[in-house]
Formats: sequence, structure tokens, C-alpha cells
Amino acid sequence: MTQHTDKTHWDLVIKPKASLFDLHLKDLWQYRDLLAQFVKRDFVAQYKQTIFGPIWNLIQPIMTTIMFLLVFGKIANIPTDGIQPVLFYMSGITIWNYFSVCFTSTSSTFVTNSGIFGKVYFPRLIIPLSVVLSNIVRFGIQFFLLLVMMIWYHFHNYPIHFGLNWLLIPLLVVIMGGIGLGLGIILSSLTTKYRDLSILVGFGVQLLMYATPIVYPLSYLMGKKYRWVIVSNPLTPVTEAFRYALFGTGHFTLSTLGYSILFMVISLLVGILIFSQTERSFMDTV
Amino acid sequence: MSDTVLHIEDLSKQYRLGEVGTGTLSHDINRWWYRLRGKEDPYLRIGEENERTQKGNSNYVWALRNISFEVKQGQVLGIIGRNGAGKSTLLKILSRTTTPTKGNIKIKGRVASLLEVGTGFHPELSGRDNIFLNGAILGMTKTEIRRKFDEIVDFAGVERYIDTPVKRYSSGMYVRLAFGVAAHLESEILIVDEVLAVGDSEFQKKCLGKMGDLSKAEGRTVLFVSHNIQAITTLTKKSVFLDKGRLVDFSSTPEVIKKYLEYNKGNKGMYLDESDSNVPRIRKAMVRTSEPNFTHICGEPLTLEFEFFLPQPLKNGAFAFQVMNNLDMPIVHCWVFNSDRPVFREAGINKLICTIPKFRLYIGSYYLRLTFADNAGNTILQTLDGVCNFEVDIFTRQRDYKWEPNTCTYLEDCEWETK
Repeated sequence: MTQHTDKTHWDLVIKPKASLFDLHLKDLWQYRDLLAQFVKRDFVAQYKQTIFGPIWNLIQPIMTTIMFLLVFGKIANIPTDGIQPVLFYMSGITIWNYFSVCFTSTSSTFVTNSGIFGKVYFPRLIIPLSVVLSNIVRFGIQFFLLLVMMIWYHFHNYPIHFGLNWLLIPLLVVIMGGIGLGLGIILSSLTTKYRDLSILVGFGVQLLMYATPIVYPLSYLMGKKYRWVIVSNPLTPVTEAFRYALFGTGHFTLSTLGYSILFMVISLLVGILIFSQTERSFMDTV
Repeated sequence: MSDTVLHIEDLSKQYRLGEVGTGTLSHDINRWWYRLRGKEDPYLRIGEENERTQKGNSNYVWALRNISFEVKQGQVLGIIGRNGAGKSTLLKILSRTTTPTKGNIKIKGRVASLLEVGTGFHPELSGRDNIFLNGAILGMTKTEIRRKFDEIVDFAGVERYIDTPVKRYSSGMYVRLAFGVAAHLESEILIVDEVLAVGDSEFQKKCLGKMGDLSKAEGRTVLFVSHNIQAITTLTKKSVFLDKGRLVDFSSTPEVIKKYLEYNKGNKGMYLDESDSNVPRIRKAMVRTSEPNFTHICGEPLTLEFEFFLPQPLKNGAFAFQVMNNLDMPIVHCWVFNSDRPVFREAGINKLICTIPKFRLYIGSYYLRLTFADNAGNTILQTLDGVCNFEVDIFTRQRDYKWEPNTCTYLEDCEWETK
């Protein structure tokens, strides 16, 4: 065997440039236990030494709902598509929160983890993935709150419509998380060199929320000139579909939802490609 | 016959100096333009040796240049070199935290790198959780960690604290736990950077022992980077010596260490800075040994002369030097402050002479580390390391036994009585 040293199998070859499609997806599977550990760490560590612990996840949507109810419901008088206003805003906030936290947290992957990335190798994609997964738990808690509210209103003239359309919800959560992850890792790769973009993310997400039907229903924009802006936002069909799944009212078609899915797939593909190119040498530029 | 498990070929790494961020966009575009026309990256042609004490002409330096060597299975390889020699860069590339600029590395088996003890430890999590987290970061699966769990806890000696957050640990416990996890990795190749510099000496011995066991009993390959020549000598048979990014020597450890020590002796006895820049600086440093050729007899008076250039008087100047031995350890410290005696109070050239009436350091090679500071502004004006090399010998003094090197560092006067 020693005679054929040149032909022997090498487990790993470290080269200056990797091919564009060398994505280490096999590595990702090997490190699946690490993914679980990170999810656990994210969740457990955040609530150490707090009194309310995960209950903090409920305070934010409750306060925001009250705020929206006042500003957009009472002051601006925007209709809610026949949905009970509290439920309307809370459902929007719940699904939007999941996207925004996925997007903002993953977009700083390289910068916030440069300490650990500089010391040890593991597939870097584990970190953004763990963010998206651990936030599903948070989404679950907020969704539970929404359910409690729905049950409350069930006995106050807004009966719950249970049906097959509830099966849409897991798919919608995956699309939201997927778009957040895809856009997040594209940005995280670019911020290693051009730190300007991290500033953009902060208020960009806020502005994006107003370009998504969170505080107003899509039907409210019927016949308005700028409607195309909102419609071209891939998050729009997801939000509308989410409300449709829960309350039976919402404007989306299979093709608009298909557009969202296509957008997710493309942003994930582009994201993973850029990310795996960046992870190889970002330590020199970060 | 032993197999090659690590093969490094023509490895180079280039770094860009200065402020990263300014001009990167224009360089990126330029690079892209060259690549589009099928030409070589224009910035690879420039770049110079990594000599950090001199100001370079180009913003690109080679942290590593054309390094090639091989490691066989079960070998413990030492890597030595001064600061900035490229050791850490080599380790970074090996542990895949950055990529080489040219060349390649071929590896057989899993690599685990310990560039830092306790990477990814979360202060809020308990020792138990951190073992699983850290183990997973280093590439172990959950079942592997579970199997080794008791061994790790035992090695670290933290059984009582295992469910306490690690932020409550003493720093020693923290390090022991972290090293424990790393030492129980089931990787074929282990890369260890000077992590042993922390922890008490008992634990350091334990770590060194563990690393020796790993290679002997389990046939694992260890790459060991250290300034500690003693540790390198005891642990390794073969070593690599890097200097300014180049591989100077790759052979048996005693040979390499000999060469390393000789390299440090570069400038004999005297330091001279003849540039005419207008900053306060050390112009000249010189040891006047008792014998010619910068050899000193132990116990004889030693005189050291220093010259400084000052564009204007210093308010509160201070100067200190340390005599360092060849293991890079400071042995003697002497200093002078403005409050002790008037120094550095005139512009132009200032001279200082220091005499040590009885210089008692034992046989060996020594050099100086100089620190020139202005304490009023709390600023260090200049430090110089590795200057004024000289030898100490005892050949004029007679005794019944031969003078052996390495019996001590310091020869004290003593009086005996018989009663």
C-alpha cells in the first residue's frame, strides 16, 4: 500500500480555491449533533437568571398587538378584512417575528461568531441553521398564545374555523424560515467585507414589515397604484396564506404562493453558494 | 512502514496589511478584471517577507512561503519559531479556519485542533452541558461523548461541580475541563497550540503526559506548537523550525532546537540604530563582557552601555532591561527611573552605563530585552527583544569537577562551615 502513496485515499485536501459547488453538505450531516447542541444552547442560555424565562417571548407580541390596535386600528382606521382586530394583528406579528428574527440573527453569523470560527472548524452553516431551528420553538410559544386568544374569542362571537387549511401552517413556517435564512446568509457573507450592510439590516427589516401586509390586509390595497410593490414582495402571499389558514380570509393563489416558494429556493441556493465561498477565508477579512 | 497522514506541499499564505476595508472594493474589482482576462492575481506577485520590525514597501506580506513537509502516523511533531514566524497561520490553515493562498495540504483521518482551550464554552451552561457542546464543536458525536463522559470528568477532576455553570468555575477547573474534552477526542490527528501555558504545573505535566500517551499507546499523530523548548524536547522526536514564514529546518528535534537557538543569536553583543529619524529611540546598546568576543566569565563585573537619542528632554523617562536566557525566560531585571536619578533630561544623545558588580549567571547564552518608556505619558517609546547576545562561561575558575551546562541558571556565593 505504501508504494502507491500518491494514489492513496486522502480524507481531506485543503486547497486555495474550492470549486463553486463544493458545499460540504456531507459534513453538515456528520455534525448534526452539534446542531442539536447549538439549538439547546441558544434556548437554555438565554433564559438563565431570568425570572420569567420563556414567558418573555409573550410580552413582545402582546405589547406590539396593543400598539398596532391603537395606531393602525383606532387612529388610522385600517380595516382588518373582517377578522377580529386583536387576532388579525397578533397573527401578523407572530409570523412576521419568525421571519425577522431568522433574517436578522443569521445575517450577523460571521461577525458575531468570529471568535469561535477562528479557532475551530465545523460546517459554518450549522450556526444559521441552529438559529432558524431554535426560533421555531419561540414561534411555537407565540403561536400558542395566538391559539389561546383564538379560543377566547371563540366564545365571544368569533368562532374558530377548523379545517384542512390548517395543514398549510407548517409549510408557511418553512417558507418564512427559508427566506429569512437564505437572505440572512447572503447578507452575512457580504458583511464580512462590507460592514455597511449590517446597518442596513436593522432598519431594512422594519421597513420591509410595512411592505408586507402585517398591519393591513392585502384586500385594502385593491385598485391602489402602488399595490404591485406589496404584491411583488414574496412574503406577502405567505402572510395572507397564514391568515387564510387560521381565519379563512386572505388573498393568495397557488401561483403567488408558488412564487414565494421559488423565491425561497433561489435565495437558499444563492445563499449557500456564497456562504460556503465566504466561510473558507472570511477570518482574513472580518 | 509508517504511513504519511499529513502531506503539506508548497504552502503559502498572503495577508494584506493595514486597514482592511479601505480599498478592498477597488482591489476586488481589479482582481476580478485580471481573472476575467485569464491572468494571475496581480497581488500575488507582490508581497514580502514577514519582518514585523521593519517598515515594508508593500501592503501585502507572506505569512507563510513555500512550506513543504510530511508527518507520519503516530509521530509527534514539534513546531517552533519566534513570534510572527507563521506558526499560528500554519495551524489556522491546518484546522481549516482559513485557506492557503497557494499550495495544498492532504490529510488522512479526522483532524481536531486545539488552538484555544474551551472554544465555544458557554459561561451560563453547566459543566455537563459544556462537555457535550464543546465535544460536538470539536467534531464528536453524542454517543462518543457519552461513552467518554466519565473519563473526561475524571481527568478534569470536577465531579462535584459538574452541574454548576462554568462561569462559577475557577480558571484552573475551566481549563482542566476544556483540555479534558479535547484530550479525549477520537481524532487521528491532534493539533495543539500553546494551550499548556495555562493551568498549574501539575496539570501541565498531566497534559504533556496525556499527549505522550496519545501518540505512543494509541498511535495518534500530534502536532505541537510551543515556545517551551523543554516541552518540545521531551515530547517530540521531529520538529519544524519556521522563521519569517519560511521553513528553515525540518529534522530531528535536537538538531532543530540547536539551529533555533543559533538563529536567535543573530546579532552578537551590540545593537546599533544609525537611522536619522527624529523620534526618541535607543541608538546603541552594548554589553562589555570580561572576555573578548562577547564571552563573559561568571562572577566577573559586567558593564552595559546604552545610548539614546531624544529630540527633546523627557519629563519622566525610564529605561529597563532584562537579561533573557535561551529558553526565552527573563532572568535579570534592572531599571532606572527619572525619580531615581536624573536621566533623559537633555535633548540629543544621552548615555547610560550600568554595571553589575558580580554577574552570577551560569554557563549559557543570554540576550537582552530593552524597554524605553516615558512614564509621564505612560507610554512605551520602544522595546527591543533579542539584542546583544552574549555567552557566559566559567573556564577560568577551577574546581574538582567539570562544569556541566544546565546545572543551574544562577551561581550564588556561599560560605560553608563545619562544626
